[in-house]
Amino acid sequence: MNYSNLSVAPTARAAMPPLAAKVEPVLRVSGLEVTYYTDAGRAKALDNVTFTLNPGEKLGMVGESGSGKSTMALAMMRMIKAPGRIEGGSVVVGDTDLMSLDAEGMRKARLSKIAYIPQGAMNSLNPVMRIGAQMMDAVKSHLPRESRAAIEARCKRALQSVDLDPGVFRMHPHELSGGMKQRVCIAIGILLDPQVIIADEPTSALDVVTQRQVMETIDNVKNAINAAVILIGHDMGLMAQFVDKVAVMYAGRLVEFSTVREMFTDPRHPYARALIDSLPNLDNKGVFQGIPGLAPSLLRLPSGCAFHPRCASIMDSCRSVRPEPRVLAGGRSVTCHLYDGEG
Amino acid sequence: MADLLRLENVSKAYTGGLTGGRSTIALRNFSMTLKEDEPTILTVAGESGSGKTTLAMLLLGFISPSAGQIIYRGKNVASLQGKERLAYRREVQAVFQDPFAVFNPFYTVDHLLSVPIKNFKLAKSKADARDKMEGALTAVGLRPEDILGRFPHQLSGGQRQRINVARALLLKPRLLIADEPVSMVDASLRATILETLRNLQRDHGVSIIYITHDLTTAYHIAKSIVVLYRGAVMEAGDVDAVIKDPQHPYTQLLVDSIPWPNLDQRWGAQPIKVREAGGGGEGCRFRSRCPVAMDICATDPPLYRLGDSHTASCFRYDRQPLVARENLSELLPA
Repeated sequence: MNYSNLSVAPTARAAMPPLAAKVEPVLRVSGLEVTYYTDAGRAKALDNVTFTLNPGEKLGMVGESGSGKSTMALAMMRMIKAPGRIEGGSVVVGDTDLMSLDAEGMRKARLSKIAYIPQGAMNSLNPVMRIGAQMMDAVKSHLPRESRAAIEARCKRALQSVDLDPGVFRMHPHELSGGMKQRVCIAIGILLDPQVIIADEPTSALDVVTQRQVMETIDNVKNAINAAVILIGHDMGLMAQFVDKVAVMYAGRLVEFSTVREMFTDPRHPYARALIDSLPNLDNKGVFQGIPGLAPSLLRLPSGCAFHPRCASIMDSCRSVRPEPRVLAGGRSVTCHLYDGEG
Repeated sequence: MADLLRLENVSKAYTGGLTGGRSTIALRNFSMTLKEDEPTILTVAGESGSGKTTLAMLLLGFISPSAGQIIYRGKNVASLQGKERLAYRREVQAVFQDPFAVFNPFYTVDHLLSVPIKNFKLAKSKADARDKMEGALTAVGLRPEDILGRFPHQLSGGQRQRINVARALLLKPRLLIADEPVSMVDASLRATILETLRNLQRDHGVSIIYITHDLTTAYHIAKSIVVLYRGAVMEAGDVDAVIKDPQHPYTQLLVDSIPWPNLDQRWGAQPIKVREAGGGGEGCRFRSRCPVAMDICATDPPLYRLGDSHTASCFRYDRQPLVARENLSELLPA
């Protein structure tokens, strides 16, 4: 582990890698499909999701509750439980296809290749175990040969890298504040230098100052191990401040995938546009512009484009024909009939 | 002009341990007044541990203050009894943070709405009760036929939170305590709930105390704001003045940390000092994290008047005239 460059100013954006060498994506997700078989019928929670991510890149995944954000994270970790099932597609981290691993291989890949910081992570710590013991458990199961001293040193380095005092190692979770617990969970996530870190709403229960601290921590450790980060959330403000690329999910599909600048200055999908327009800022005081209508139930998706009942720029074809993802100029991808002639 | 609610130097200390050795002051010398005939929306903002929820609990009468008193329409809340206490319970309503935890999953929504009708004997007949329920749901922008008879798990977070507002509305409250009402619902639904709250204030004359850590929504919904830190008032005043031009170092840090959805308005470069554990002792509560702390900060800073509706509790403004803590509300526009 090399944390020597942790002293860089937290807000300094990561320098872009030299353009000459073509960067190989560290994560390639293609055609990922997840279905939940419920008593009321089949719900397709993820429908043909495809994207790639380069090392050091930060992706924000946004969408309403029920749009498939968390299912996406769980599917990538292969932690979908019955009645859900991964029905197809591949998740390639580096050169390993996670979907082809056996159960033991996948257990080893979790944390060492791909780490997951769950929603409400601070409640995932065991209240009767010291932080150190919980961290060491995680390392021991992956590196059974490593000596106790080496494991302990690794855990303390990880704690340091998230700006926690090494003394936290000997504490119990109740002695820490919410932000500190969240940072412990990040420290656990990076113990084995994963190539991809998935953080599912890591700050939704924290106040703004702590939130900024936690996000800066994630940024620092990401730079130190050059991992790709997927941040799942619905706070567009946080996305604007933190990520490089934004993926917008709607009813299990990726409806737009573009850089953060494209997303905020020129959103293309009508849903993405409505999301951006509903954001509060200092200039439009007292204007509340929600998105009309409700997210559709996955059990009864509208025909054609799932967004058409709420769409402001609906056309005839939207009611009957399902749009497919289309790559537009500049490499962004949009799933909408408005751009049928383009790309 | 009669006061709806008056807090007079209210403090709340929690003592810990069997021996009561250590005590944490969750709220310190807090005074505030809400006028009866000027319904307003007041934001109380601050991070976790700032005393926001303690204030909500005090206002709802769930806990009693360690010092000072809370006066509701001329009567001390702690000594209310019988009919008056029932009236207070009806007129001061709450909407809590988690729209998922407040519903009993075994009952339909009708139960949640009919219990208060029964308890406060609001309806003469079943049909009357049904009318009242439908009226309240319509007022928060829900279609009664979509909602009544449903179980909570069949409803979205935004719908549930609006049902909570409808339940409060049913009782025709004078004061609504909204403790983080939108922090757990989707961003696209926040706007709708905030609008519902604002209509409640405008059309039904309900005063709202909006408790939050989210200054963005506070800015959009409230007229005035009080910023708390560890139980003490740091800055207060007109919401425009406080958020656009924060004067107290703590408010500056807060505003600086808001993730604005704007690529050209970056998160501030102001480094964050880690908060120390413990009670903090005497002096300015923010001292240990303050980038401009001075020696004098070891004593309690009073409130200084920065403008007609702006005050900060910081010695950097010790040339400005003083404001007595009891008169804080005079600087909060209604």
